[in-house]
Amino acid sequence: MSERDIIVIDRIRRNFVVGDETVKALRGVSFRIKEGEFVTIMGTSGSGKSTLLNILGCLDTPTSGEYLLDGISVQKMSKNQRAIVRNRKIGFVFQNYNLLPKTTSLDNVELPLLYNSAFNAKERRERAIKALDAVGLHERLYHKSNQMSGGQQQRVAIARALVNDPVIILADEATGNLDTRTSFSILTLFQELHARGRTIIFVTHNPELADYSSRNIVLRDGKIVSDTINEHPASAKTAYDALPKEND
Amino acid sequence: MRFVNLLKIALRALNNNKLRCFLTMLGIIIGVASVITMLAIGQGSKNSIKAQISEMGSNMLMIFPGSGQRGGVRQSADDMQTLKVEDYEVIRDNAKFVSAISPQVSSAGQFVNGNNNYPSQLSGITPDYLNIRKLNVDEGEMFSDHDIATAAKVCVVGRTVVNELFPNGENPLGKVIRFNKIPLTIVGVLEEKGTNSMGQDQDDVVLAPYTTVMKRVLAIDYIQGLFASALNENLSDEASDEITQLLRANHKLKDEAEDDFQIRSQQELSEMMSSTSDMMTVLLACIAGISLLVGGIGIMNIMYVSVTERTREIGLRMAIGARGIDILSQFLIEAIIISVTGGIIGILVGVLASWLVNVIMQWPVYIQAYSVLLSFVVCTVTGVFFGWYPARKAANLDPIEAIRYE
Repeated sequence: MSERDIIVIDRIRRNFVVGDETVKALRGVSFRIKEGEFVTIMGTSGSGKSTLLNILGCLDTPTSGEYLLDGISVQKMSKNQRAIVRNRKIGFVFQNYNLLPKTTSLDNVELPLLYNSAFNAKERRERAIKALDAVGLHERLYHKSNQMSGGQQQRVAIARALVNDPVIILADEATGNLDTRTSFSILTLFQELHARGRTIIFVTHNPELADYSSRNIVLRDGKIVSDTINEHPASAKTAYDALPKEND
Repeated sequence: MRFVNLLKIALRALNNNKLRCFLTMLGIIIGVASVITMLAIGQGSKNSIKAQISEMGSNMLMIFPGSGQRGGVRQSADDMQTLKVEDYEVIRDNAKFVSAISPQVSSAGQFVNGNNNYPSQLSGITPDYLNIRKLNVDEGEMFSDHDIATAAKVCVVGRTVVNELFPNGENPLGKVIRFNKIPLTIVGVLEEKGTNSMGQDQDDVVLAPYTTVMKRVLAIDYIQGLFASALNENLSDEASDEITQLLRANHKLKDEAEDDFQIRSQQELSEMMSSTSDMMTVLLACIAGISLLVGGIGIMNIMYVSVTERTREIGLRMAIGARGIDILSQFLIEAIIISVTGGIIGILVGVLASWLVNVIMQWPVYIQAYSVLLSFVVCTVTGVFFGWYPARKAANLDPIEAIRYE
């Protein structure tokens, strides 16, 4: 595992002003994430994990503190600069997939590259096919999003997150809408991507998932309460195989 | 961000909502089609009025005696005797911008042929009158300058008069008809011209040498008016000025004295008539323009709904790296595609509708390139104008809230 820091955050604070009250969502959070880590960030609702995810994903900026993404300081960037950083360096996977409706898998996966003028139509297509191959959907390139199951849609969403070759994949409750079986197959996919060297941050409120990541950070009331390295993550594939097969 | 990519994004988004897209377009289609059709009908009727006027002689000038008004009392032109035959001769011999001129004296009365009689107007003129009024002799021939010199009792009649006086289809040539007991030999029949745009029967005329009418019918030494032709339509102002100078000199008017005659050009008449039809055109175009505006508001409405409905999509696009300007451009391009496509379809429908109006209702229509161009430009502007606000709303969405919007 390389020693390069992908994410460095230092005493991140984020306050929201609601009416005349100040809500402190993050109260000084610091950690480093190295290249190739699979980190789960846990916490109940209100723990600040969504706020943290927004900041890590360059959707939001901290009120104070330092954030370096791949060596670049993000918090001083303008909205447009952050959009470009999101486009080039981050892959998002959302709980409700957020695929474009009535649109083929390929077109959905190509979407981030459409906002990057460095790629022409041919390169976009090649990369999208490669990304869909990586998530095991090479046979569903031309299926429309509404013709696919939840698990397949989430795979398309993961392919979309991979297509720009990001330095980090941010997953927000990526298995939250899926049944157990499909959850494990998606988790297996994340582990496979991790095995291939991808850096993944998986935000969830489900404590079971901590067993399958290489590192687990627990947030409570805007602070880190534990940050543990998991030397031997359980295999999601094994768990998946152990699940009773659906016979109907 | 490449424009081609944005265009692709916008096209895909529209493709996902074909029906709504079409319904939005409908407003623009109807608006543009009605603008085109209304302008075509307006311009068509204007053109047909113009054509009729120029049939009467577009470069024609009419000179009447009197200034029209004297000492606050408007006088009848018939009572004024300021124009003489010498005035005619002076203009005929000296005016450079005048190609033809004829004096005119007329008398209304009953024409009699045996036991048929018909009321009409006897106009005393010279053969040049035919050129000025764009008349042609169909049968027989025009009377000659010799007939004028001798005040010969000859006449050339219009088709209506022929039909009334010779109901049995006899050949009128060489026949003698009577006007106020004066026998006039018919030497020619005028080609039929039909009714003009004001409903006058242009074939209800009898032409005779002006000398005959002056000496034998009216017994006067003045003329009632002059008809002249400018060299061409554009020179009618010059011709008018020239005639004014010649007449003022001939009448020995002092500089401060008012003209004792007045000149009217066919151009004035044409302008007057086309200003009426212009007003109609403007009125029609206004109504059509309003429907285009309504179409534009339709676009804004739908784009607004679309922005709200697609909040999550916008959030996602922002999360994966679309900048505000990209989102703005996308929605603006969508609005412009809707309005421009609607505009193009509207132009086609408008052209088709104009053609149908022409074929079914027999109305004259004329589609001008400028009205097509105008509608097209207005459509694009409508798209930008009404697409702008919803597009800006979309671009200003907060991606964090947008992506979790339910």
